[in-house]
Formats: sequence, C-alpha cells, structure tokens
Amino acid sequence: MSTLLRLATAGSVDDGKSTLVGRLLHDCKAILADQIAHVKTVSEARGGDFDFALLTDGLRAEREQGITIDVAYRYFATDKRSFILADCPGHVQYTRNTVTGASTADVVIILVDARHGVLEQTRRHLAVAGLLRVPHVVLAVNKIDLVGYDEAGFTKIAKDVNEVADQLGIADIQAIPVSALVGDNVVDKSAETAWYDGPTLLEYLENATGRIDNSQQPLRFPVQYVIRPQTDDQYRDYRGYTGTVASGTVSVGDQVIVLPAGRRTSVAGIDRAVVTATSTAVVERPSAVAGEAVTVRLTDDLDVARGSVIVAAEASPGTRRELAATVSWLSDRPLTVGARVLIKHTTTTAQAIVTKITGALDLDTLGVIDATELALNDIGKVQLKIAAPLAADPYSSNTITGSFLLIDAHDGWTLAAGMIDDEEGELL
Amino acid sequence: MTTTTASSPTTVTELDALESESIFVFREVAAEFERPVILFSGGKDSIVMLHLARKAFSPAGVPFTLLHVDTGHNFPEVLAYRDAVVEQLGLRLEVARVEEYIADGRLRERTDGTRNQLQTIPLLDAINGHRFDAVFGGGRRDEERARAKERIFSLRDEFGQWDPRNQRPELWSLYNGKHRPGEHVRVFPLSNWTELDIWHYIEREQIPLPSIYYAHERDVFERDGMLLAVGPYSQPRAGETVAERTVRYRTVGDMSCTGAVASNATTAAEVVVEVAASEITERGATRADDRASEAAMEDRKREGYF
Ligand SMILES: Nc1nc2c(ncn2[C@@H]2O[C@H](COP(=O)(O)OP(=O)(O)OP(=O)(O)O)[C@@H](O)[C@H]2O)c(=O)[nH]1
Ligand SMILES: [Mg+2]
Repeated sequence: MSTLLRLATAGSVDDGKSTLVGRLLHDCKAILADQIAHVKTVSEARGGDFDFALLTDGLRAEREQGITIDVAYRYFATDKRSFILADCPGHVQYTRNTVTGASTADVVIILVDARHGVLEQTRRHLAVAGLLRVPHVVLAVNKIDLVGYDEAGFTKIAKDVNEVADQLGIADIQAIPVSALVGDNVVDKSAETAWYDGPTLLEYLENATGRIDNSQQPLRFPVQYVIRPQTDDQYRDYRGYTGTVASGTVSVGDQVIVLPAGRRTSVAGIDRAVVTATSTAVVERPSAVAGEAVTVRLTDDLDVARGSVIVAAEASPGTRRELAATVSWLSDRPLTVGARVLIKHTTTTAQAIVTKITGALDLDTLGVIDATELALNDIGKVQLKIAAPLAADPYSSNTITGSFLLIDAHDGWTLAAGMIDDEEGELL
Repeated sequence: MTTTTASSPTTVTELDALESESIFVFREVAAEFERPVILFSGGKDSIVMLHLARKAFSPAGVPFTLLHVDTGHNFPEVLAYRDAVVEQLGLRLEVARVEEYIADGRLRERTDGTRNQLQTIPLLDAINGHRFDAVFGGGRRDEERARAKERIFSLRDEFGQWDPRNQRPELWSLYNGKHRPGEHVRVFPLSNWTELDIWHYIEREQIPLPSIYYAHERDVFERDGMLLAVGPYSQPRAGETVAERTVRYRTVGDMSCTGAVASNATTAAEVVVEVAASEITERGATRADDRASEAAMEDRKREGYF
C-alpha cells in the first residue's frame, strides 16, 4: 500500500498554521542545514526569534505582511511513511487557495487559537473540509502555552468544533492541544498537558489511514488521449485509449460500456509503457487499478475519443445533461442565475448554463438559506444545464467523476469547485 | 507484444503514483494545447521529464518539441548527451542562445559573468516566436521556496510574467489550461517529486545520465562554500587554490556558477544513499545565483524565468 499521506492546514488567519508546519518539519528533522541557516538569518534581521513560519511563507509579500497568501507544498518522511504537506492561508481573501490545498488532502489540520476559539473562518474551513469529504480532520487547539495549558478551554473548543462538525456531517475529529511555537504535542509529548492522553500530532498522522481506496468502486476510466502511432512496425494498427483509472479495476476481458455513446464492448488489452534509452514499447498486463495511468485497447472499433468514459457494463452511471451540485465559489465576480460558463468534468469541457441557485450555506446557522447569487467564498447549491452529456456520479461515491470546475469562458479563470449532489441532494 | 507474467500489484507504490500523476499531466497537455514544448537542458530533471513523456505516449513518439535555452556555459558532456538523445529518438530540438543575444547587444554580460539570469529573455522570445502555448518545466516544489508555491498548471501573461499573488485555484486533478491569445501555461509535471524520488526513479528505470552526475576527478576550487570547476568560464581568483577532487554534480546549469559536491557515488543507487543522508538542499549546495537575495528565485520567476 502506498503509505503517502497528504495533509493540508486550515483555520483562521494567524492561528499558527505555518508555525505548526515549520515546527513539525523541524522536529521531524526534515529541515536541512542551509534552510535553517536562512530562516535564522532572516528572523534575526527582523529582530525576532527563529520564525518557523518562514520555512513555508516563501513569497516576498508573505514575509512583508506576515501572512500566508498561497499554498506552500513541503515534502517529508519519517520511518513510518511519507507526507506531502500543503500549508494553506487563513485569510478570507485567499480562501480559494485553501480550497486548492484541501482538495487533494487526506487529512486537514484545522487550527484554532486557544485564546479566540471558533471564528467565522474556522467554520468556513470546516465546511470546506466537509464538502470536499476530506477523510480525516484534526483539530489542533494551538497556542495552548498562552492560556496556561488550560484543560477546560481546550475541552470547550473541542466541543464547539464537534458541534459544527456534526452539523456538517464530518465524523471523527481528533482534537489535540498543541503549541506550535514551543512544540508541545507536535512531535514530542508535552509535560504541560498531563491531562491529555491522546496522540501527538505526528503520532496521529503516522497512524491515520490514507486515501480512500477507490479500487473497490465500479470501473470509471475517462479517456484522455488516443494513441495511434501509425508507424511501419508492429504498432502499425495500434489504437490505444490513454487515461488514469479513476475508480475500480480494469481487467482484460471485462465487459464495458463507452459513454456517452453507450456502446458495449470488452477490454482487449491493457498496456503499460516500457522505455529504454533506445526503444519505446508497451507490455501487456492483466489488469490495472484506480490511480494507475495506462492505455486500454477495446475489442470493437468504436468511436472513442477524449471525453469518452469507459465504465463497468454492470454499473454504468449513464449520462446526464442536468446536474444538481454544491459549489464553492472562488471568483470576485458573483454567480447569478442564467450565467453561461464552461464546465470541466473529467476529460470533457462543455458549455453550461446555471439554471437555478437553490440556496447558500449560512455560516452562522450552518443551514441553507435562500440566495439569488453566490459571492466570493460562498458555498451554494446550484442546478446546471450542460451542452454535452456527462458520465457523472455523485461526489459522495466518486470524487473524480463527481467533481467539476466552472470556468470563465472569456478569461479562463477557475470560478468554482463543484461537487455533484446525491440523488436526494442532501450534500449540505 | 510480450505478456508480463508478474501479477499486477493491487495497490500502487509511491514511485508509481508519482509516475502516474506526471503521465496524466503530459496527456492532459497533449490533448488540450496546440503547441506544447518541453524545456530540455540535459539536466536530470529534464531527462526524467522526457522519460515520463515517452512513457505517456508509448508506443507512439513524444508529440512535443524540445527547447534548450543555451547559456553558452555548458558542460560538454551535457551537450553531447542532449544531442545524442535528440538524434536517437528522432525528436525536434530548438535552441535559444544567450550567446547570440550578447553578441548583438540585446543582452549584456553580467559583471559576475554568470548567465543563468540571462536566460529569461531568450526563453520568452522563443515561446513567442514559436507560439508555444504550453511549456513543460522540470521544476520541483521541493527545490526552492517560490517554487513550493507554484501550481502544476501555472499561467503566464502575455509578458511571460507569473503573478504569485493571484494564481488560479487548482482543484483535485482537474487542470485548467485555458488561456487567452498571447498567454501561455507553464506546466510542471514533476511538482510533487523530491530530489530523492528523482534518484530512486533514475535507479529503478535505469535512465542514463550525463557522466558529470556521477563521481569523477576534476580540478576544482572553493568559492562561497561551493566547489567550482576550473574551466573556460570559471577561473580561480587570487587566494583560491585549485585541487583535484572526486566530485559529482547535483544540478546542471551555467557551468560558471554551478557547484559540484564531493562524492564517491558512481551509480544511481549510491547517489540515492548520499542524497538521503545529505544535510544541505540541492540548490543550497550548488547554486550561487540563488543566494543573491531572499527572494531571488521569486523575482526571476515573476519575470518569466523557468
Ligand atoms: N505563543 C504562541 N504563539 C504562536 C503559536 N503558534 C503561532 N504563534 C504565533 O502566531 C503568529 C501567527 O503565526 P502563523 O504561523 O504565521 O499563523 P498562520 O495561521 O500561518 O497565519 P496565516 O497563514 O496568515 O493565516 C506568529 O506570530 C506566531 O509566532 C503558539 O503555539 N504559541
Ligand atoms: Mg500561514
């Protein structure tokens, strides 16, 4: 099993996300000598102590303003597993970047300043984590050193966060009292929190189950690009459909349906490339599982192109031209009913019209309220009419065939992250 | 075609996952852009990039042109490697030469004589001239703090500029390559690879590299804590003593400011061991140009550098 774990930080501005990431890397001995020397020099030039946040806040503007603006990715490994860490911004203005970092995360670490408790951004980021269905959420109650390592305060915040999480349908939150600055319960157990008998942050992360295993789901294979070498050799008549298995397993002989056409055929071969300094060839393999980039050949000569999705014959999602979805709106320009946009769903990009805005998430009550438009950072429910049929699943059963982007057709900006609702539409 | 007997793994190892992610990126670009190009310097990251691109389209050839922005300060072994690869694989190579820009006055030699920084204009001119719309770079996020912030699909405006304060969101693996005429997208298929991953992969795939990546004897002198080769572009100054040492290169760039490291590693497996134990980052050990200021790389990238 791949033991890689992808983490993202979240939580309100200044709650200590970057400091925590720096501390985690530092205490795992994942920072090399020249990086430490650099941070020391810069910290001293500013007349302060060693600033762990400088290990990830690498942009000039971030250092000048003392805040994180965009996601920084860091890579480290312990004896147990390796990690990709996405340190995200807390400032509301940069929520789109936090959504970016969280969209690929297996674990989101939500930080809360022990002095301030749950703030609006905490709720917003929890909602984002819930919406994206990030498998695990850790609550790091940070700056516990500034409240005298007070157990009651910690318990209160954990309770508040759990209430919010319950409403958002997030299960299983591990709350950990930490001081990113001092290092309490990050890698080393703190002597100051004798009342806490849970894991340190690193212990938790080393033992968390990773990515949700998509290999048991029905086959979905979005075709990216068709390979036709048309060379004079053994590959003269080769025609292969490249892609990455989105879910399930594909095996030679499998009965499949090619969407959107709906034609039935079977898998003739699955190829993986073998290249040496001088030769480029493929070897056949009996099967491939979710996450693997392969090339599939089919028995019948069908019209298969980019945008086609090869699916298990016994569990086809069919296609639809109308979608009900929940979107995280990432643009300064508000979304209104009737808006024409592009939708990018797996390997299909098509025109779409927003036919309805059915509601928006109210961060105070966590209920859905009526809305006629969605503004920057809003989470809302919409209905879309699409110019091409999409082979889509609900996001709850498949994060790849259940997700999409809305794109501005004029300037190409990514407007929204979309998640397709279940039939009943109860995602929020 | 041969049939493998080994049963396919039920889950995917980390190196396989990285490989699949990169292959996915190459295929997205091939499908969505008109004129993609791979920046190919003959350095290890661009060699791994090309290897992955070949895998992505096998058994067909790589559907991309290669572009080398040549500083004129080259390791001969690297140029020879570049030309051999292009020849062997029947690829198309464009070369943008810093030297020509200096010769006709469009660029001026820097006082320190180094040329990495001078590559930006020839690069942008080549992109404009050939109307390349997707430009693959071998940059990795683990290399440097500004790179750590960059998207896998990173938009450049019509001046080639990167705006780190206003990057497009990038969700899941839905890469948005939309751009307006004149704009282009830098694509980084190796974003999530570390230096150690690269070496593990070179070992696993038995990818040949220019010989300077492995231990060899070379006359070097020490400057700013780095070992610089004595050669046509870099000579010791007064007080710097030359000694023959056993060294290898961790990166390849302008020869006048790329440092070697002391090493006895003669195989990829031995380099893996050294990299895993290294106490200094790749760029920290080998790149004088990054030490210029706190945000040297960010500033160069904003202007359109790799
Ligand atoms: N006393 C104390 N101070 C802390 C702790 N963690 C962070 N800080 C301080 O809190 C301030 C903000 O820390 P950052 O790590 O930059 O906060 P952030 O959450 O990354 O901020 P944004 O990314 O801009 O949202 C800095 O001055 C830190 O030194 C802690 O555990 N204890
Ligand atoms: Mg921060």
